[in-house]
Order: sequence, then C-alpha cells, then structure tokens
Amino acid sequence: MFKKSTANDLVGWLLASPLLVILALFLVLPICMIVAVSFWGATEFSIYPAFQFENYQYLFESSVTYAVFFKTFLFTIITWFFCLIIGFTVAYFLAFHVHSLTWQIALFLLCTIPFWTSNIIRMISWIPFLGRNGIANQSLMSLGIIDEPLEWLLFSDFAVVLAFVHLYALFMVVPIFNTMMRIDKSLLEAARDAGASGFQTLTNIIIPLTKPGIMIGSIFVVTLVMGDFITVRFMSGSQSANVGRLISNDVALLRYPSAAATSVILLITVLITIGIMLRFVNIRKEL
Amino acid sequence: MSADTDLELISVTKKYGDSVAVDNISIKIPRGSYICLLGPSGCGKSSTLRMIAGHEAITSGDVLLNGKNVTDLAPAKRGTAMMFQSYALFPHLSVTENVGFSLKMKGVDKPTRDASAAKALQLVDMTEFGDRLPAQLSGGQQQRVALARALITDPAILLLDEPLSALDPFLRLRMRSELKRLQRSLGISFVHVTHSQDEALALADIVIVMNNGEIEQAGPAVEIFNAPKTEFVARFMGGHNVIKDGLNDLAIRADKIKITSTKTDDATGVEAVVQDIEYLGTSFSVTARREDGTDLNVTVPDAAFSSHAIEIGQTVFLNWTPGDTHHLSNP
Repeated sequence: MFKKSTANDLVGWLLASPLLVILALFLVLPICMIVAVSFWGATEFSIYPAFQFENYQYLFESSVTYAVFFKTFLFTIITWFFCLIIGFTVAYFLAFHVHSLTWQIALFLLCTIPFWTSNIIRMISWIPFLGRNGIANQSLMSLGIIDEPLEWLLFSDFAVVLAFVHLYALFMVVPIFNTMMRIDKSLLEAARDAGASGFQTLTNIIIPLTKPGIMIGSIFVVTLVMGDFITVRFMSGSQSANVGRLISNDVALLRYPSAAATSVILLITVLITIGIMLRFVNIRKEL
Repeated sequence: MSADTDLELISVTKKYGDSVAVDNISIKIPRGSYICLLGPSGCGKSSTLRMIAGHEAITSGDVLLNGKNVTDLAPAKRGTAMMFQSYALFPHLSVTENVGFSLKMKGVDKPTRDASAAKALQLVDMTEFGDRLPAQLSGGQQQRVALARALITDPAILLLDEPLSALDPFLRLRMRSELKRLQRSLGISFVHVTHSQDEALALADIVIVMNNGEIEQAGPAVEIFNAPKTEFVARFMGGHNVIKDGLNDLAIRADKIKITSTKTDDATGVEAVVQDIEYLGTSFSVTARREDGTDLNVTVPDAAFSSHAIEIGQTVFLNWTPGDTHHLSNP
C-alpha cells in the first residue's frame, strides 16, 4: 500500500516535471534574475553586483515615475473600457443573434483574420490612414465636416488607444463568446416567459452569467496594455510614455539595474491590479 | 367558445421552411383539466406547447385563452406559465430569487416578492431551501423550484414540457402524483407534454395522441387505451395486438387473449408457437408466432402462468372473444 502510493507520487512528479522545468527555466529564473539585478549598482559605463536600494529610491523620488504610471493606468482603463464594449457586443451578436453554428464559426474566424498578421504591421497600417494627408482627414475634408486636417488623429494619445483597442479587442471577444455559448438558451426563454424585456434579460441573466468571461478578457487586456511599449512609441510618435517605454529607455542606455527595478514595480502593480479584479468575480469555473 | 373552456386551438399550423411540424390541429380544453400531449419525438407535441406558450410563432391559426385571442401576444401577457424540460433555473440566483424573478421583472419591491416566493415555495414543500443555489439541489428539488417559479404568476394554464423525463424512475412516480395533486388543488388546467404512455394514462383527464404533426386521437385516458382508433394509437399505447383482418385491421388487448395448450371448441383458437417469455412482475408477456409469421403478444397473469407453465418452442392456441376486438380505421 505504502509502496504503491510512493510509486504513484513519483509518476505524478515525473509527468509534471517537463512543464516544471520549462517554467523554472524560462519564467521563475528570469524573474529572480531581474529582482536580483534591480538591487545592483550602475556607473556610466558599467554595472556591478551589489545589494542597494538606490534604484528603487531614485524611482520613487522621481515625479516622472508617477506621471508615467498614471499614464499607463489611463491607457489601460480607456482601452479596457472600449475593448469591453466592443468585445461584449460582438460576442453577444455571435452567440445570440447568429443562430446557425456554421455562421457562428465563419464570423468568428472573420474576427480573427486581422490577427494573422503581426502586431507591428497592424499598428503601422494605421499611419497612412490617420496621417495629416491620410485617408481619414481627406475623407472628412471632402465631406465638408472639417476645414483643415485634424492634428490629433496620429501621433497622439488618441492614436495609442485606437491601436490598443484594435490590437486587443479580440482578447475580449473570445472569452466572452466562450462563456456566452455555454449559457443554456432555455434560460433566456424562461426569462421571457417570466415577462423580462430584452434589456432586463441582458442585465439580469446574460451579464451576470458572462462575468467570468468578461473577467478573463479583462485580465488579458490589462496585462497586455500595461506591459506594452512599442504601440505607445509608434502611435504617439515618441510623444507619450508609459512604464514599458521607461524600461525600454533604460535598457537602451544600458542602465539594467534601473530597468530591472522599474520592471519589478510594474510586475507588482499588475499583480495587485489582477488580484483586485479577481476579488470581484470567481473565474475558477471557467478554467 | 363556451365559458367552460380554458384553451382553444383553432386550425393551428407550424411550418419550419417547407417542413410542417404541426399540421392544422384544433383542440378544446375544458376548464381545470389535466391534458397530456402524447407522441413520439418529432410528432409536434413540443411545438404545439411552445406555440401555446408564445415561444414559437404560429404560422397560421389562432390560440384562444379564456376566450381571448392571444395568438400574437408575448408569453408573459398570455396568462400561461411554462415549466421547461431542463427546468431552466437561473444558476446565479438563489431559489427565492428564481421564484420571485417574474415579480422582479414587474418592478415589485423585494419584501413583497420574497413573501410571495415563500408562499409559492410552501406550495411545493421547499420552504427551507430558499437561500440555496439551484446547483445545490437535487433534480427533484430543482423541479419543485421550477414549478414554484411557474406558479407564482397565478397562471390560468400551466404548460409542462416533459417535466418528468430528467428524473429517476422512483422520483418520477412520486412527482407524477404530486403534479396531479397540485393540479386538483389549484383547479387550473395543466398541459403536459410527454412521450410516456404510462405518464399520460396516469395523469390525464384528456390524452391527445399526436403523430407527424397531426392529432391521431383525443379523448379520456380510458377511451384512448381501450378503444384506439388507429393502428398508430394502438401500437403506441402498447398492450395491444394489431391483427390484419381483410380490409380493416383489428386491435385486441394483450391481456384479453387466453393461451391454452389444447384447442378449445368454443372460441376462435389460433395456433401459434411460443417465441419468447418475459417476466414482468405481476404477469408474464408471451410472444407467440402464428403460422402466417405474425407475432402476437399475450399477457398472462402470474397465477395463470404458474398453473399452466408455457415453454419456448411450445405450440399453443390463442383464444379471444370477438367482443374484445375492435376495428381500426385505416389511415
């Protein structure tokens, strides 16, 4: 009896070990390295092992840090909001208004087609559209809606959010659609039988039952936006900054300890944000 | 339409594209009666129920409830309530919230609707479960909650879509008698869709047997079982043999046939070979093949069987009195 259970234990550990090794090598170890390096010191031309809080001290004393973290949260919240609205609407349409499974699959694939190209290309493709002499400005001017080109369309916070929403809306559509497809259609009929209007069914039945999907999508969007730096750089024309850009600037200047300290703070911030989000909704049954 | 009719369907037809699900049926349901729509799957019984409930648009025809034409009304405006096959309880709401849901939709305040929900739960003997979630209840308990939720609106007619099919056999019998008791005490009409003959016979004041979107026969349970009008009804209700007899078919109940091992002088006496014997508890079901190759089922009470043992392969004689047979109309 005892022998058998130890043998089973061993098999279990062996089965789990490949994943364990991969996670240890490529996730836990690098994070430990980053944490370690964040305590190192740096001169103009070198970095040296140490255990000092200088990097953190500098980070927390600089007003730039707070401004940049604030901007990051602002981008995150606005992007999350629009992704949620778009994602929920698209998923709702697919799940409840498209009745044939074939069409559901076809339209769902249609949603994913833009994602077959790389993030960068999708981002850059906005530039000729939004530019000063781009399609958007020219169309608006020829329609007589505006007299001169809108300057804020490109290389602005607007462009950054637009690109974020474009890049990440699908991450909201997929989990919400997935949750909605699991809602028993007879529940909607039961609600209708009880006299619920379409809007009442939405607020009383569909939204509460879709919460776990909304939360999973939100986690995707929040982590992706908070960790991004390339979108902000391209779409703001280097005029706007978020935490990711702060880190990438430090890396470019070879200030690795400072970059590591900022990364650690960003990681903790993201984890706290997700921790707060998970307080609201139990996503376990979706996993 | 007379004052003692709850529900009337007039030439109701349902088409899905080109296929006809329900073909021009008319039904009149007397006040306060238990109706069973009985038939095999795909016969149109569920579509009929859903058209009465308002969850399915009617292609042509009219539905009258209490003398009012409700053909184009929304489900909640009809005075019907429906209990769904899988109960369709809202998984995120407590039992009390589930039951009080329709009142919430009407804008009734929480204390009032909780009080009403408690009263409805009392009716189905579920008072102490008000705070639970549906997932924490057994199938039978879920069904009671679904029943309470349907009854809280004080419907004139309760529509039940295969309400017992998800329960295990013991619970099914118990809920069956409870449904009947509830219907009697509430005095409203129940329309119950089922594919089980036993259920229909046990519950219904009027059984409506459907096949291929049409009504094969409608009438009191005893009449349906004892005097099936068509071969389909005779075969579907079970317990009957259909015998080809010239132009018209004859139906005879399996328990009206007597088996003897020797030919008797007085009766019709058909020679047959025993093919199969099944023990059913209180009786035996004997399958015997006649010379022309057709099988007849005979129900032999266990006392008669033990006094005259029959074996497979034995040649027997089947007798019945002509008065026990009746003619079936050909389709």
